[in-house]
Amino acid sequence: MLKTSTTDVVPEKNVQAKQRHGFRLTAKDKYFASIFLGPSILILGLFVFYPMFKTLYISMFLTNTLGKTTVYVGFQNYAKLITSPDFISSMWVTFIYVLAVTVLTIALGLLLANLSSQKLPGISIFRTLYSVTMGVSVAVAAIFWLFIFNPSTGFFALLSNWLNLPVVNWLTSPTNAMWAVIITTVWMHLGFTFLILLGAIESVPSTLYEAADVEGASPRYQFFHITIPMISPTLFFVSTITIIDAFKSFGLIDLITKGGPTNATNMLVYRIYKDAFYSGNYAKSSAEAIILTVIIAFFTLLQFKFLEKKVNY
Amino acid sequence: MTQIDERAALKKFLNYLLLIVLAIIILAPFFIGIWTSFLPTMDIAKGNLFSTNISFDNYVAAFTKTPILRYLLNTLVISTITMIAQLIFCSMSAYAFVFLKFKYRKTIFTLFLITMMLPFEAEIIPNFATVKQMGLLDNYAVLIVPFLTSAFGTFMLRQSFMQTPIELKEASDIEGLNHFQFYWNIVLPYNKISMITLGAYSFLGSWNQYLWPMLTTFSNNSRMIQNGLKQLQSEETFNDWGMIQASAAIIVIPTIIVLFIGQHYFKSGMNEGAVK
Repeated sequence: MLKTSTTDVVPEKNVQAKQRHGFRLTAKDKYFASIFLGPSILILGLFVFYPMFKTLYISMFLTNTLGKTTVYVGFQNYAKLITSPDFISSMWVTFIYVLAVTVLTIALGLLLANLSSQKLPGISIFRTLYSVTMGVSVAVAAIFWLFIFNPSTGFFALLSNWLNLPVVNWLTSPTNAMWAVIITTVWMHLGFTFLILLGAIESVPSTLYEAADVEGASPRYQFFHITIPMISPTLFFVSTITIIDAFKSFGLIDLITKGGPTNATNMLVYRIYKDAFYSGNYAKSSAEAIILTVIIAFFTLLQFKFLEKKVNY
Repeated sequence: MTQIDERAALKKFLNYLLLIVLAIIILAPFFIGIWTSFLPTMDIAKGNLFSTNISFDNYVAAFTKTPILRYLLNTLVISTITMIAQLIFCSMSAYAFVFLKFKYRKTIFTLFLITMMLPFEAEIIPNFATVKQMGLLDNYAVLIVPFLTSAFGTFMLRQSFMQTPIELKEASDIEGLNHFQFYWNIVLPYNKISMITLGAYSFLGSWNQYLWPMLTTFSNNSRMIQNGLKQLQSEETFNDWGMIQASAAIIVIPTIIVLFIGQHYFKSGMNEGAVK
């Protein structure tokens, strides 16, 4: 059922153009291209490209409290950052967080995906249950876990009391606060990672496992020598996604620790936000934002490299 | 033979045991949160989690004493508009990259790819200045306009559109369809699954926004739900765990339902659009 529109009756003289329409450059295509692409180019230009250059520009100046640039200083803001112990500790904290979140999310996601790829009755129920955290937003995750971590009335505190164990100060000790943020992040990401990995494991040809069964290979051997190599492209893809997401973490930190205690969870994006919108130090914040951009761009490029191998464009 | 059977049965039992234990651990934060949302805060404060004073009081309180309904409405409207806009604009630009030939197509596409490398979090200072100048602060528009389109969505749909059989294009050329008609009547219906996936993705993306709405909205009239929850939680009068848990439950239950319904699409769509 093809609808015909009265607004776009092809005039006689265009019949020729239509016949060689195929994939040749035509004036008509140019006209359509500007209509189809225009809105997206406008929005991306205004809210992605322009601000990127502007941020780069600000990062090379000193700024006053209104955010106006005053004196050109070149790369001095960057030099100041990389020699400031405060910033280095922030980067360090960010790296530890990203590493822990990525390793734990992938390891647990693999465990869950591998377990629930078995052909057992009722397995689909477990698949649904394991993917549930995909529906959880930052604020909800933070509230659920804040209650669990709460030192006086929280679930962990109660558990410790029942078991006669000392109560752990989850949010007041620097190391534990970091763990609290890591645990919450991993929990939030797990559903998504699980689903992607499950999809990959399910698409491994079953003949490979059947052959291994005939040879008498143990499930463990099959996991490390068939499953892992076969899903390695997907593993790589989820890893880069998790790394990028973790570098951009903001909500959970703002809700759970506010970067504290004593900057123990003051990660890169939180720092960018605070330096700009609390301290009014726009130049410093911009330099930090550019550093974040370089990191994210690097991992996104890695991902593209992988996509390039998998998809033709 | 029976020994093998026994061993198989034991293995099966251990498998289920592991599956169940893991499910309990993953779901525990939900159970605890939803269970306590039915308890009086007094009992929670005393650590009496096995209290039998179960009621919907916390839910009634959350709905009547807090602006949570307003937050939900704001978020629903903003997320829906963002989703529709992204479906339209991303599919249009994806269409251009797949079916139109024009000058600098490769260059423009590369620019789209580059935008995927630039984190929005790093651009908040100029973007804040821009929306302030446009007079959009504390308004629905400020939460929608920057996200009317997305490079990721364009890329995802492009990958999918490229799978559209060339015969369909040839047939529609013979029928005399112009690009609008081909786009609307053929390409969009043909790529329904990818469209649904992008729709769910952009809806949840908007629903989960945190940093940007926190910077740009200041009143309950435009505050989104994530920031609303924080607002409730940090207000002094609201040191009420029962009601906090109830508000979290109110927010999480609809998304879980949507997720269960859409799970099939999520799974196939994500694997198709992203990994294939």
